[in-house]
Amino acid sequence: MDFELLIGILPQVLLDGIILGFMYALLALGYTMVYGVLEFINFAHSEIFIIGAFVGVEILLSFKSAGWLDVLPWPLILVIIMVAGMAVSGVVAMVIERAAYRPLRHAPRLIPLISAIGVSFFLQDVIRLFESLWRNSFNLVYPTMDVLNHRFELTETIDVSVKSLVVIGAALLMLWSLHTLVNRTKVGKAMRAVAEDQAAASLMGINVNRIISLTFLIGGAMGGGAGVLFGVQYSLINPYTGFIPGLKAFTAAVLGGIGNVPGAMLGGLVLGLLEAFAASYLSLLTGGAFGAEYKDIFAFSILILILIFRPKGLLGEIVRERA
Amino acid sequence: MITRLLDRPLPATILVVALLLVTAWGVSWSPRSIVVFMMFQGSILLLYFARMPTLVKAAVTLLALGVLMPVLGTINAYYMEIAIQVGIFVALALGLNIVVGLAGLLDLGYVAFFAVGAYSWAIFGSPQANLIFGGNFFPLGPWWFFVFLFVGVAVAAGAGILLGLPVLRLHGDYLALVTLGFGEVIRVLANNLDKPINFTNGPKGITPINRPPIFFAPLLQSVGIDPNPNVIYPLYLYALVLLIVGVTVLANRRLEDSHIGRAWEAIREDQTAAQAMGVPLVRMKLLAFACGASFAGTVGVLFSAKQIFINPESFTFMESIGVLAMIILGGMGSIPGAILGAAVVTILNLQVLKGLSLWLNELRNAGTVILGYNLTNLPTQLEPAKYERMIFGLILVLMMIFRPQGILPAKRRHRELEEERR
Repeated sequence: MDFELLIGILPQVLLDGIILGFMYALLALGYTMVYGVLEFINFAHSEIFIIGAFVGVEILLSFKSAGWLDVLPWPLILVIIMVAGMAVSGVVAMVIERAAYRPLRHAPRLIPLISAIGVSFFLQDVIRLFESLWRNSFNLVYPTMDVLNHRFELTETIDVSVKSLVVIGAALLMLWSLHTLVNRTKVGKAMRAVAEDQAAASLMGINVNRIISLTFLIGGAMGGGAGVLFGVQYSLINPYTGFIPGLKAFTAAVLGGIGNVPGAMLGGLVLGLLEAFAASYLSLLTGGAFGAEYKDIFAFSILILILIFRPKGLLGEIVRERA
Repeated sequence: MITRLLDRPLPATILVVALLLVTAWGVSWSPRSIVVFMMFQGSILLLYFARMPTLVKAAVTLLALGVLMPVLGTINAYYMEIAIQVGIFVALALGLNIVVGLAGLLDLGYVAFFAVGAYSWAIFGSPQANLIFGGNFFPLGPWWFFVFLFVGVAVAAGAGILLGLPVLRLHGDYLALVTLGFGEVIRVLANNLDKPINFTNGPKGITPINRPPIFFAPLLQSVGIDPNPNVIYPLYLYALVLLIVGVTVLANRRLEDSHIGRAWEAIREDQTAAQAMGVPLVRMKLLAFACGASFAGTVGVLFSAKQIFINPESFTFMESIGVLAMIILGGMGSIPGAILGAAVVTILNLQVLKGLSLWLNELRNAGTVILGYNLTNLPTQLEPAKYERMIFGLILVLMMIFRPQGILPAKRRHRELEEERR
């Protein structure tokens, strides 16, 4: 085995892992915030994520056909698609909560979960239907912007593209704003209060329903932003792309301790790094016997192991059990 | 009026038999009309609701499923295919019904057990096993198919226990997520275990898989019927499916009323109380996983023999959710519900959506104009047959909101579902 090679690709693997990790972290926030408030897995979050990606690609494609893509400054375009993706995804998440989850809020635990799985499947085909009618294709590719693909060579073997830096920067900005919102504002305080005890919070004059809607709005917006970044980074999307990243982001949320906002960020980063390592090193270390395809199994095994041995996650508190 | 008719045995029998015969004649008169075939299926449903003596009901059921359906299946081969698929999904739904409906353990990776069964026969019933063990001993002869129906039970039950052991400590939604992960793991393994040792031949799949032997061929020849495999196999597989469904229904009914079934329901309603009453939680939960899985295993063996070719595409998460949608539509914990749900969902997928697709294509090719819109302009990517997920999703959401107990609820009422909404 070539030890030099293993060390040589290490920085590149780390960089890939960090980008993937931020993506998972942004997505995991949506799961963890909803779980914190309602103790329920929002299965449809992966579709909220991919809706963001589709909003981004639609805007870019229409800009392209209008010839604006080369005229407008690229940071402005990025800001436009980010804001649009976040807004649409946030609103969709809020509507889903109102329509499919709120009527079931006091039902036994499995009922809203099954409903959420239904929403997830339904949305996948709604996106497909919409894109089939609108573009006659549901596999879409983000149009390339030359500036974003420019690469800085750090050393001979390692380089970093502008879009990777943009993705990392945007993710950091979003995580920082969320952290401030939850810990430094009145709304954030209300959200934490509702997560702690809904009845007591409502006695203190907090409108619980509005806070829950707001939680879905913010979590959805985070997911939508992650979707746009996913599209910018990996280009190719279809209505079913969101499912696996969604599942892994949930794993990340559990890994960090579900219901815990810093935990989701940590879990996302850890999982992203582990996966990047597995993807690059597994086949090298086993002489090609186990390829990168096994990285999915890797993530699920982590989920199973964490749930069995440390269900509260890395940073989590003990999960309360509801009947 | 119809309900009053169905409540009186004699008119009910006459009505149902007449309807069955008329609709069956209708199908033979217009073999390509899906609507007529659905009317035939509808009269079978009516048979379930009709009140008549048990023996008469059994006889009429035999007439409908044992005589009329095979006849219609020889008239239009696709109907036979639909009937076989419905049977396969009925057996799957009944198996999942044990895990989800009776024991209350939400299993989102159920299709994994189906895959385990299917691959066990696919590997040994085809030359694939030679690649694993070397030599030229395989495929095993067609007779081994019957042995593998039981091997499928054992292997799938083993997989069920294997999954059950580590995850039993988990509750509710965590359990659901882990089973989902397990299902994905099995699919990824099937997809990638073509190296270092070629077990599953990866995404290319395994073919040709041996079909069960036509051991009654001499008998058919002696009465002057030509045992042409192309004609015989659909009928033969249909008979096998009916047999397996029959055994499954029987096993389910016996289990439901046994002390095991009651223990499962006790666990579903209140785990702590059940434990306090002396129900061995671990053993009962493992048993639920193993029982549910074993049905999927047998059906998997049959499925691989029917398809001759299998690959990991047949065992995706969507299939698991499809089976879940079936039992939720019919009613969790209810045997007639699971059967009805499986039939309705399969027919929707294979018959209604496909029919809609074909119809839309015809209209498009003919250049029909509707409300001033020329259908030739319709996007070619729009294929109603591909929208299974939308159907599954709608079923799940709407049933959870409006009728969580299902269309044909279980007799013993679910306290859990009826729980007061504060």
